[in-house]
Amino acid sequence: MDKTTLDIWVGLFVATGIAALMGLAMKVGNLTSNTLGETYMVTANYENIGGLKPRAPVKSSGVVVGRIDNIKFDTKAYQAVVTLKIDKRYPFPKDTFANIYTSGLLGEQYISLEPGGDDHFLKEGDRISKTQDAVVLEKLISQFLYNKATDEPKK
Amino acid sequence: MNPIFKILSNIGNQVTSRIWRLGSATRLFLLTLIYSGESFRRIHLMIREIYFTGVMSIIIIVVSAFFVGMVLGLQGYYTLQKYGSSESIGVLVALALLRELGPVVTALLFAGRAGTAITAEIGLMKATEQLSAMEMMAISPIARIIAPRFWAGAISMPILASIFSMVGVMGGYLVAVPIIGVDHGAFWSQMNVNVDFKFDVINGLIKSLVFGIACTIIALYEGYDAPPTAEGVSRATTRTVVTSSLAVLGLDFILTSFMMSY
Repeated sequence: MDKTTLDIWVGLFVATGIAALMGLAMKVGNLTSNTLGETYMVTANYENIGGLKPRAPVKSSGVVVGRIDNIKFDTKAYQAVVTLKIDKRYPFPKDTFANIYTSGLLGEQYISLEPGGDDHFLKEGDRISKTQDAVVLEKLISQFLYNKATDEPKK
Repeated sequence: MNPIFKILSNIGNQVTSRIWRLGSATRLFLLTLIYSGESFRRIHLMIREIYFTGVMSIIIIVVSAFFVGMVLGLQGYYTLQKYGSSESIGVLVALALLRELGPVVTALLFAGRAGTAITAEIGLMKATEQLSAMEMMAISPIARIIAPRFWAGAISMPILASIFSMVGVMGGYLVAVPIIGVDHGAFWSQMNVNVDFKFDVINGLIKSLVFGIACTIIALYEGYDAPPTAEGVSRATTRTVVTSSLAVLGLDFILTSFMMSY
């Protein structure tokens, strides 16, 4: 097949498009920083997950070590079952705490892993038993007001 | 004649003619898909069309993407700064471009730049009876003329949209980092954390592919269906822009509502 100048331009065009897509994937999207190569799944039960969403980060000491894979509702225990996908590079002890925190005052919610001292590590399919629910602001305020109300008559 | 009857019959006429046009456009679309095997075998025809629809549109895409990105950067900064989170300007620019502005503005520009050219070209081919001549020679004009242009449009559009998004992000960066003075690292890292490859980049590409198919088939149909007169071709060209723009915006809503529900 004879090559024409048209082919060069079209080739250049397609190459630019692929380069732009690569740029979007690497620099803009989180394809590089977020490829959790090998992962293992663990679950954690919560009474209340607040505004936690799938794909929210799982952090430990502020470093992203995984993502939330899915959130289900267990009708036997009436609890939320959160599945965490954690990078294989980061093993955590069995007695790790999984707490739900909020980044900033209005930011997104994430799960923070605080490792314990157990010699055994979490394996695929394990359940984290030590969890702490999301802080619901309304609950806090109502508790505070309730305490105030009970305090009042003592004076 | 009763004036009310006249109005009603006018409305009815409008509706039936629209539906008739929709039907024949769908038939053209299906015929194009059937004949596209032949156009893939004659790849040089398609490359020629990619040159005219894609490569020739690149300048308008790059320039407008750059300005759109810069405006997003400026506007975003003024609002985000009020909430003390001007670092997330990168996220704003990237998400706005990848999810919406990249595919949509590219499609609108594409309809104006390439769609009109396609309509005018095919309309004129029809007016000068080139299409009938082909049929006389037992060459299907759909395989020879329509299908290569269709695939060229469908291929060019996602490429143009990714170029648009990338250049737009660069424009936003130029305003945010050197001019306004947002931290360089925060700009990129915030963007990196909050933009998801599958959810944002791939969905944007799917959108642009759908827009490409819609815009091209509308342009082809309008050209193929144009009355073979100078006035007919000019009207068809106008209709291409109007219909494609409306189709893009309508499809955008439908696609977004599918993609955002998870």
